[in-house]
Amino acid sequence: MGKWTRRAFIGTGALAGGGLVLGVTGAIFAPSRHSVRSDDAEATGELNTWILVTPDNIVTVLVPHCEMGQGAQTALAMMAAEEMDADWNRVRFKEAPALDAYANAYIGRAFLSVPGPLERGFDYGTYRLARMAGLQLTGGSLSVRTTGQYGMRVAGAAAREMLVAAAAEQFDVRASECTVANSRVTHTASGRSASFGELAKAATRQKVPSRPALKHPDTYQLRRTSRPRLDLRSKVDGSAIYGIDYTMPGMLHAAVEIAPVFGGKLVSVDTAPAEKMPGVKRVVRLEDAVAVVADTYWQSRQALAALTPQFDDAGHGAVSSQTIFEAFDAAIGEAPAMPSGAAATITADYRVPFLPHATMEPMACTTRVVGDRAEVWAGTQDPLNARATAAKALNISAGHVQYTNLALGGGFGRKLPSYLDFVGMSARIAKEMSPAPVKMIWSRETDMQHGYYRPAAMARFAGALDAAGAPLAITCLYAGGGDGESTFMPYAIADKKATARDAKHHVRTGPWRSVLNSQHGFFKEAFIDEMAHAAKKDPFEFRRDLMGDHPRFKAVLERVAGMAGWGAPVPRGDGRGIAITECFGSIVGQVAHVSVSPDGVLKVNTVYAAVDCGDVVNLDTATAQVEGGIMFGLAAAWMGAITINEGKVVESNFHDYRTLTLVDAPAIQVGFVRSDAHLGGLGEPAVPPVAAAVTNAIFAATGIRVRSLPIKDAPLKVSA
Amino acid sequence: MRAITVTVNGQPRTLEIDPDTPLLWAIRDTLGLTGTKFGCGIAQCGACTVHVNGRAERSCIMPVSSVEGATVTTIEGLAGGGALTPVQQAWLDLQVPQCGYCQSGMIMAVSSLLAEKPHPTDEDIDAAITNICRCGTFARVRRAIHGLTSSEGGA
Repeated sequence: MGKWTRRAFIGTGALAGGGLVLGVTGAIFAPSRHSVRSDDAEATGELNTWILVTPDNIVTVLVPHCEMGQGAQTALAMMAAEEMDADWNRVRFKEAPALDAYANAYIGRAFLSVPGPLERGFDYGTYRLARMAGLQLTGGSLSVRTTGQYGMRVAGAAAREMLVAAAAEQFDVRASECTVANSRVTHTASGRSASFGELAKAATRQKVPSRPALKHPDTYQLRRTSRPRLDLRSKVDGSAIYGIDYTMPGMLHAAVEIAPVFGGKLVSVDTAPAEKMPGVKRVVRLEDAVAVVADTYWQSRQALAALTPQFDDAGHGAVSSQTIFEAFDAAIGEAPAMPSGAAATITADYRVPFLPHATMEPMACTTRVVGDRAEVWAGTQDPLNARATAAKALNISAGHVQYTNLALGGGFGRKLPSYLDFVGMSARIAKEMSPAPVKMIWSRETDMQHGYYRPAAMARFAGALDAAGAPLAITCLYAGGGDGESTFMPYAIADKKATARDAKHHVRTGPWRSVLNSQHGFFKEAFIDEMAHAAKKDPFEFRRDLMGDHPRFKAVLERVAGMAGWGAPVPRGDGRGIAITECFGSIVGQVAHVSVSPDGVLKVNTVYAAVDCGDVVNLDTATAQVEGGIMFGLAAAWMGAITINEGKVVESNFHDYRTLTLVDAPAIQVGFVRSDAHLGGLGEPAVPPVAAAVTNAIFAATGIRVRSLPIKDAPLKVSA
Repeated sequence: MRAITVTVNGQPRTLEIDPDTPLLWAIRDTLGLTGTKFGCGIAQCGACTVHVNGRAERSCIMPVSSVEGATVTTIEGLAGGGALTPVQQAWLDLQVPQCGYCQSGMIMAVSSLLAEKPHPTDEDIDAAITNICRCGTFARVRRAIHGLTSSEGGA
């Protein structure tokens, strides 16, 4: 069986035996992180860990992040190419393979100051740099702001210096007398020049500079422009290969049924009805599931449907959404006391349901086990963790697993490290069928009912105003998860508290696009709106006047209000709502403009968004991420709910888990506010404000305050 | 199992297959054309949309026996010989796809709509394009359709 090696990957882009496997050497955050190379870099064109230049004058950037729609692979290539002064038309990227050499050390930068969102992936409490070497994750809106900022930029600048040094030697001039543009190094005085391709071999013999000079942003020529994504052609002609598309000769197919109650086990199954059906190879009993392996996927599904497996409920059979929220309510207890001198106090309870990721591509994974080795193919947000998950399921060493990451049909957090249950399940099934490769595909029903859901949560607020309508205090008691980032409010209020009161349950939960910000963004920005109305103030002005300590927030808020024409009259039945949150380093303000018909039918006409993510790399994909985040958040706020009954998920497919389609999708306008802040993320930060912006707009239109999501369950008809 | 003959992307193909197999799985697993996607299996999401005799159909609930003798076009056969149709090109120009998984079906649905109604109203678009996209590309989908219908100028 083949084995990934750096040499094999770079040299051929395909499987090959032999070669050298490089480990990460040196301190993980040392500037020399990018200097790891194969021993035959001259042959491969490796200028450093992430940059290859070949005699055909092509720059190839190895990107240690997956592509799930966010466009980060193109953006990271742009960041490297900018520092190199490379001709963008001669830049390509390749996704780095699941090798320790490509473990993503840079992502640690984000967590030195912002722990929280991915804590199940690795343990911040005992934060150890060494552990980072086992991760190659894409999540936390991290790729550009960490790998790009601390890795790709430096790697690009280092490559440029090596190319210049090679040119200077060749021209017998000083490096400082050379300039670089469009993948060509020129000695200005003599007019001599050479292309990157011509210099590539000699450049690989140069020492990799550990601290190359970086460009000043004012000199950027490529960044801040819009460049078409390099992977999109394959996504309009059907040629892109996603995890579910992988195929190989002799491959069998598996369909599975998993214990419907989380934690449940398979008690018994009569396999006979499936075994006599066409194409069936075997019924595989797993601890918590039954799988049917057949020649084709359809045969495996048909045979699975003929079985009536019995599962236990692990003692959770009486749990429902209602009991979970009753437990939240009890854990939270009485509304917090407000200052005795307040002129007015208000209290309110907010609730959000569990939410599935519902990626368009259901969980799918192909595994082939031969002896103590295995090959695995899937689309995940962490190739190294996928490799480790398969190895653990097979009880073999990770070095004996070759994992290939393919395109993801959506991620949204479902395919992050420690949530790759489907990879482990695929391995367990394939082990029983060894040496045949087996592709396991979850049905939509299995996918919908066996997620790691956005936690359901409840918040109980109290707020106090003085006689002039200025806020004195705001307190939030909540259950269902939260942290300092997600509960942060940028408002100057003397007494501001958010306190967790947890009540455990058995439902599987996990990070869902924007993680805990998706709940608290709604809670806090809807309640502050209630405070504004209680103070008889304009919701925009009320917020703005409390943002004296946070000029970035204020600039974003003012920008989005201006974009939306805040304050201009609207027709009867229309309303505008405003909300602003910070998530993963980016501040996003939104104004939703909605119409509510006399019958209570909601239409979201337009969502305006202003974004301060420091600076943008690829303007168009940055915009697309904001658009997508708004649609994703709106779909959830308006329509999304996973309901628990008898310990299991009620919804099963898109007929009873509704989500957004074209008819309900608003127009979106996006504006970026440039600041000198560190780069912020973009994959997630547009999600948190939208639920509050829309419910605040509904209040403006109707006087009805929606405090429990989804909006579709709230009666919006104004009684005559 | 029986032999079913169908023309797929211009090529007559004879499949030895259980006639109840949904067209989707015949296309993906028997013919090896993976551009057509599985999303829900109950004709809700549209990821599996193909053209049957020129009309958009959701292949996940359509038994392969029902297309016997018919002409089926998948995303791979929409344009010929490595080219792109105007719809596909518009998708690139406006950078519509994000993860891209639903876009084969989206492109097939839009292509069928525009073949039937070269100048659809927004109501026509809303009624015809009911595909689910979880990345949220809808605003660009609508802009791309409008761009296609205005530039064609009545053609």
